[in-house]
Parts: sequence; C-alpha cells; structure tokens
Amino acid sequence: MSVGAPKIPVVVAEVIEVNALIKRFRFVRRDGLAMPVFSGGAHVVVEMDDHGTRRMNPYSLMSAPGDTSGYEISVRRDEAGRGGSLYMHNHVRAGMEMVLSQPVNLFPLDARAKKHLLIAGGIGITPFVAQMAQLEAMGGRFELHYSVRSPALGAYVDHLRGRYGARVHVYHDAFDEKIDLANLLKTQPLGTHVYVCGPKGMIAWVHATARAMGWPDRAVHSEEFLAPPVGLAFDVSLAASGKTITVQPNQSLLEAIEAAGVDAPYLCRGGACGQCETDVLRCEGHIEHNDHWLSDDQKASHTKIMPCVSRFRGAGLVLDR
Amino acid sequence: MSLDFNDETFRGDFTYRNSARAIKRFPFPFPEDSYMYSVNMEPHVPGPVGSVFEHMFDVDEHYVSEMRDRAQVLADDPLRCQSLPHMELAGWDLLELIMESKARDYPHWFSLHRDGNQWHWINRPLQIEQRFTFMDASTLPCGPMEYITRQTQGDFTLQDQRDDDLWIEAGMVTTQADWSLDFDIGMSFKQWHAPVPLAHQAGIFDRALKFLLKLQHGAPVRRFNWTMTVDPLLDTSPENYPKWGPSKTTMTPETVGRRQHLRVELQTLHRLPRSNAIAFPIRCYLISFQDLVTVPKWARRMHRVVRDIPDELATYKGFIRNKALMLDYLAPFDDGLPTSPGFAPE
Repeated sequence: MSVGAPKIPVVVAEVIEVNALIKRFRFVRRDGLAMPVFSGGAHVVVEMDDHGTRRMNPYSLMSAPGDTSGYEISVRRDEAGRGGSLYMHNHVRAGMEMVLSQPVNLFPLDARAKKHLLIAGGIGITPFVAQMAQLEAMGGRFELHYSVRSPALGAYVDHLRGRYGARVHVYHDAFDEKIDLANLLKTQPLGTHVYVCGPKGMIAWVHATARAMGWPDRAVHSEEFLAPPVGLAFDVSLAASGKTITVQPNQSLLEAIEAAGVDAPYLCRGGACGQCETDVLRCEGHIEHNDHWLSDDQKASHTKIMPCVSRFRGAGLVLDR
Repeated sequence: MSLDFNDETFRGDFTYRNSARAIKRFPFPFPEDSYMYSVNMEPHVPGPVGSVFEHMFDVDEHYVSEMRDRAQVLADDPLRCQSLPHMELAGWDLLELIMESKARDYPHWFSLHRDGNQWHWINRPLQIEQRFTFMDASTLPCGPMEYITRQTQGDFTLQDQRDDDLWIEAGMVTTQADWSLDFDIGMSFKQWHAPVPLAHQAGIFDRALKFLLKLQHGAPVRRFNWTMTVDPLLDTSPENYPKWGPSKTTMTPETVGRRQHLRVELQTLHRLPRSNAIAFPIRCYLISFQDLVTVPKWARRMHRVVRDIPDELATYKGFIRNKALMLDYLAPFDDGLPTSPGFAPE
C-alpha cells in the first residue's frame, strides 16, 4: 500500500493502436467522480490481474493535466519483459474494469525555469505530452527534441507538430538524424532547464554532455523507471510478519511480498523513489541491487534492499518486513 | 456579527474568550505526561463530530474576529504575505482545496459554484461574494493564495519541491509562534528548521523530510506543535517582538491563570495536484490556564509537562522566564493521580 491515498476505480474507455509497438489506453472513473487534476510528469500505477498474478506497473500520464474526464497512458510492448506490457497489449479491452493509484510526480517541471528544453527518446515522449499541455495552458516557454526510430514508429509526432508547430523537432534513426546536443545546449538562454526521458544511454549522454559544458546538475532532470528484471526464483523470510515466500522468475520481490498479503510501502515500483527501502536482517548470499536509490556503500553492505527491482541469489535472505 | 461567531479582540483589551463548547473541543496536544520532539504525524482523516478534526479546515467561533485581526496585521505590515513568482499555480491549488472543502463541509456558511473556469464563491460569515475566472489572477482583488487565506483561519506556507528538498516560497503568516516569513522565504527545509534545538541531532528532520517528499495528493497528514503565549495574542512575530515581548515580564501570581495561554498549532500537510507543491496550514488555538485546568486530566498533565521539560525547549519556546510562576499555578491541580494515555479527558 502506498502512503494511504485512495485508489481510483476505472473502466477502460478506449484502446488505440498507435503503431506496431505502442497502444494507448484511456481510463474513466467507475464512480462518476472527476479524476484528480495532476502535474505534468506524474505517473499512475496500473493494477493488473494477469490470470491470477497481480501486476502493478507504473506508466506516465499523457493526457492534459487539467482534464478531469479521464486519464491516458501509452504502453510499449516489451516482448522480453515480465509480462505487464504484454498483458496490457494482449488482454486489456475497452469496457474492462481496472484500478489505478493516485498520480505521483517524480519528474516535475521546475517552475522557476525561464525555458524548458525537453529531450525525448521513443516511449519517453509520454510525460512530455502532459507537460507540454500544462506549459501551453500557462504560457510557459518550451521546445521538444524527440528522437524516434522511424516515421512509422514516431508516436504522436503529427499530433504534437500540429499543436506546437516549430517548437517540435523530430529526429529519425532510420535517416541517421541525431540531436545536435552540444549545439543545442550551447544556444539556450540563461535559466533554461533540461529534461530527458528515454533509454538509459540517452539519459547518460544528456547528463554527461551538459555537465562537461558546465551546466549545473540541478538544471538537468531525468526520469528512468526500470522495469523489474526477470531472474531465478529465490526464497525470502519476512521477519516482521513471520512468513517465508518464494519469488518467481518473472515476479518482483515486492510483488511476491504483496501476494503473501503483507502490506509494503511503494510509489514508483521502478527503483527510483526510495519509498520501498527495506532493512536486510540477514544475508547469506548476494543481493542483485538494480535500483538507482541506494548509495554504492549501502549496496555493498547488504543491509538495505529495494524490493521493487532487486533480487537475491544465495542460501538465505531475511528482511524486516 | 451572527450568533455563530464571537466579537472579540486579540490585541489591546484582549477580549478573546473560549466558550464552554470551545474549551470542550480544545485540541490538547499531549498524549502523555512528558514532551519530546517526534515525527508525530498521522493521516489527516475526519475525526469525531464536533472535534477540530471533523473537517479538513476547522471553522470555529473565533473565525470572523481572527480574519479581522489578520487584515489589521497585513495593513500594518504587507510583507506578512508573500509569494515568489513561480508559486502562483500552488496558490490556485490552495484556493481550490479550501473553497471545495469549506463549501462541502459548511454549506450553510460557504458556497462554490463552478462552471468550467467561471467560479462563483460566497462566504456568508464575512459577507463576501466573488465571481472570478479560475487561473486568472486579474479577476481577483489580489493573488489567489492571499485571497483565500484572508478568509481562512491559520497561517499558511507553500513549499515548492525540487532537488529532493522543500523550499518555503510563499506564505500568509500573521498568527505565528515567533518566526518570520520575510526572513525564511526561499529557504530549504533544514535551513528554516535550523533554530530548533535537539531535534536535528535526533534525526527528526531527516526522517520528516524524507516522509514529506513522498506525500501523496489525496492523503494529507497532520501533527501538533505547541508553545506558550502571554495574553491571547495571535501575532507573536519577531517583527513585533518589542511590542509583545515585555508582556512576559508583567505576569503575576494573580494574573497567570487569566493571562498565560497554551498555544497549540494543528499543522496539516497537503500535496497540491497541479503544482506538485506542499501546502502547510498552521492553525493556532489558544486556551488560558484558568480554562485549561477545568479539565482535571489536562491540568495534571500540563503541570507534569512544564515541570519536566528540558531547559533548552523551555527557552526555545520562550517561557523559561515564567516557568516557576506557571508551576506554582498548576501544582495545586496535580494530585499525583495517574493519567490515562491519549488526548481525551478522563
């Protein structure tokens, strides 16, 4: 359970095939109330009942933040993943009832910025769709640089160009087009903040380039949710609740804890926010730390674990949960 | 003024009084016989009917007079209300939260009609009727935060969230326990809490900040804070210390029961949806010692808390000078009997 905010009961209003890899889902409330307004960059956790396995995946909201009639997300099909995106693609249909968390924003705009420079790669476009709608409504200054594989896989390019015109710049890998990042960063007005959402390599490239050019770290923002990796099954003892559980290969430790009926805190479910941090009471073996949260020292000490993305190999693991 | 609200002053002749009902519902802040800092936060969910927790924003018999006092403080010192330019969106979030809550919880006093962005607000106790365009500050007589907090009891600060920290960058502060918005504005969470003794070493602020950064919209939390104030003065500000500080030196055994007040802050924290900022209402309740001791459990416990509090805290809270005077007054009400756990009277 995540910090006590009430969940949102929804029905799937619409499923749109955006391209060969991406589907868009629209949710409206079942109880007739208005959706909460949110801030651009926020995500919701979508709860899925995948044939008896409970999956809870975070997705960025891409509908306009002030639109209380419904929420929209886009999901990219991940054939190698644990199954959440495949479930959304293969089984979720209009009319199905589902449950969403309240929106949480771990990738907010900096309200002080004189200009917002948005850099997206692939499905990383989704938080920016909401942020641009918010900036447009408030008269904020922004520019989008969006890298896609090919015109066919350029999700929402036409929509965004139609709405924001010359503020949208699109680059196609298929045509060897590349964002000229050094030049872009060199020509921004003072007070610009940079935001990047996309593949790991792109995020690292933007941070490294900006830092080398003397940009303050606090003016460069990124969001990278990790999908919980698959791995070997392992057993864990939960000391506080007196249970021993088995984590299946395509299940996260957090999901296994929840499946055992133990309430555990979470927000992002992607190794970024720190909310699910758990004390390790005993560790005979090796923790596979997959998160962005713990320091290197903490990881090496094997005294903390982030159960949303991290796994274990060895003889025994005991958690204070 | 209607029968619902007292006509009273928080300055000069100090005619502020608590009715029997107000004493009964006073938020006595000590769950046990001693006091130390803690991250004493709990969900801000509706409490018992008639309690100060019944509604999201408590409106009580002091409402109209408190708003009159706030207007006077602002007329004398406009810097008590400030909002940095990037905080206006958070101000709209706060205005929406308060208007919706009050219209829902007190429909006989407040009404809100929304037609898209065309809003119509009626505040009957203050005789205000306003039509305005939501998110267009030019349609209000002042900024959205100032507008709504001139009509809402308690101080308010708005914290922007960025760089894994909270920054106090807007506020309406006229009923404060000796701190200054004008001095603190722009500071980070630990900067504005720097003067608090003992709590930093205990790691209180590390844990509190970590908790607040993850605060969710729709799940507000609350905690108590408290101090002591001589005379029912809402505006105990550093700016006006020369005016009210000397009052601590003129209390006598004959006047302590009437003049010494326990000052309780009901603090709530709300994640705001559009701005991702945090609103921090700090609602002040005052009760004289002579009213407080009418509840036997509170009298016993107040005596024990004041008697056993560390000197650093009594100094920080500004009552060490009168501690002996207060104990002499409270001691006869403490018969040494045990008290039950929790806030409620026996």
